Amino acid sequence: MSLTRLQFTKLVLFVVCLVPAGLLGWNFYHDQLGANPFEALTRDSGEWTLRFLLLTLLMTPLRGILQRSWPLHLRRMLGLYSFFYACLHLLTYLWFDQFFNWQEIVNDILKRPFITAGITAWILLLPLAVTSTNGMMRRLGRRWKRLHRSIYLIAILGVLHFIWLVKADLREPLIYAGLLVILLGYRITKWSQKREFGIAAR
Amino acid sequence: MLIKKPTDIKPSEITDRSVYMNRRRFMQSTSGLLLGSMASMATAKSLGQQRGYGRAKLDYEVKTGFSTDEEQTPYQHVTEYNNFYEFGTDKASPALAAKSMTISPWSISIEGEVSKPGTYALEDILKSHSLEERIYRLRCVERWSMVIPWIGFPLGDLIKRFEPTSKAKYVEFTTLYRPSEMPGQQRRVLDWPYVEGLRMDEAVHPLTIMAVGLYGEVLPNQNGAPLRLVVPWKYGFKSIKSIVKIRFSEQQPVSSWTRAAANEYGFYANVNPDVDHPRWSQARERRLGELLKRKTLLFNGYADQVAGLYTGMDLRKFY
Repeated sequence: MSLTRLQFTKLVLFVVCLVPAGLLGWNFYHDQLGANPFEALTRDSGEWTLRFLLLTLLMTPLRGILQRSWPLHLRRMLGLYSFFYACLHLLTYLWFDQFFNWQEIVNDILKRPFITAGITAWILLLPLAVTSTNGMMRRLGRRWKRLHRSIYLIAILGVLHFIWLVKADLREPLIYAGLLVILLGYRITKWSQKREFGIAAR
Repeated sequence: MLIKKPTDIKPSEITDRSVYMNRRRFMQSTSGLLLGSMASMATAKSLGQQRGYGRAKLDYEVKTGFSTDEEQTPYQHVTEYNNFYEFGTDKASPALAAKSMTISPWSISIEGEVSKPGTYALEDILKSHSLEERIYRLRCVERWSMVIPWIGFPLGDLIKRFEPTSKAKYVEFTTLYRPSEMPGQQRRVLDWPYVEGLRMDEAVHPLTIMAVGLYGEVLPNQNGAPLRLVVPWKYGFKSIKSIVKIRFSEQQPVSSWTRAAANEYGFYANVNPDVDHPRWSQARERRLGELLKRKTLLFNGYADQVAGLYTGMDLRKFY
């Protein structure tokens, strides 16, 4: 049995997306994450969540620009990887920051806006991950699309989570914010064009 | 032809890794201008003796009264995990970028409410102080902490020499501003130059020191060479680095972090587990190298010595 080109691409992508997690684990195990390895784990897993989220959001514009369908076939995997890294990120917080002290965690969620934004984004990601299968897509039909539009809100919350966390140097979170603005801006322009020309949204 | 078999090399002839690494570090550190002003204070002890990290060694007294006997944070972590925004905002940048800072010659300008203002060369400032070791806890506002063996002298002794007037209620410190050598200053992350301040009684408190070294050796640039403040009961950002100006005033100075976010960083910035940073709790901290977090102590564990400075003050209001 031979792989189709798309299957091969997906397989390669699957492995490549695991590399950041692998490196993080390797470097943690070999004490290569600097003086504060737990902070490094949390930070890096958080940044990879955002990167995969933005990559996921890039696929639709990429299809439009390249006039090729392959980006859409990779979108689900990228989205699921974003969820995967979000889970790692959340786990490092629950474990190494709070040591599963649930009272403290609830306190944090209620009191600290950046934690509130982060946890909300993760909770909103859950139904998207659960309904990512073909079967769920079929079963939900139109509602699937509506549900998965929450990815825009999730991305905004994710970037806010980063912005509200930093002490003074906003450069890095603002880079993510800028990229998100471009990706969302592309869609807004498309939608308004469609509305203008009276073309029904597909 | 004589072919040497591996067994011909005696184990004693092979240089131990720690020795050559040590030597390499020595070459790196001394190739800079580091030794310059410090040379007079440094003693010529042989390399690799005692706790050797390759920098110029300092002569100092070991007084235990003010020091903690907690386990010290490894030299590598103390010197490679730094908040020194003048060299970049991530922890690893200062150790890489601070090499470019020229620290010799160095002078300090003494200004404001003092009888003896003027610009003093660092050597002149240092020559009348004997150095001592102070092993202090350092608690960062970001919830991590270290234990560092500083080498320095009481700030109070230095202040006395300039004869502050009765109007000198506060002391303001300023860090070097030199964007050409401090790449972080090329972006306005903070309002440069970095400024910090203390109330006079805090400044002359016996725990407050001016540090010129750590781990028995001259301060690495990234730790605030050639002269920095260390106030162990306050968050780390109060302990200003690479000082070029000390100003005495009647008005309370505005420190850089207060200017950046007054609701988050107050003038006092005393370590206090009960007063949260608006965006995170200050109740616990991670001592670098430890898995479990520790409970943060009021005044970073120096309450017995310094709580009296703040009697009657609402520490929530004066955070």
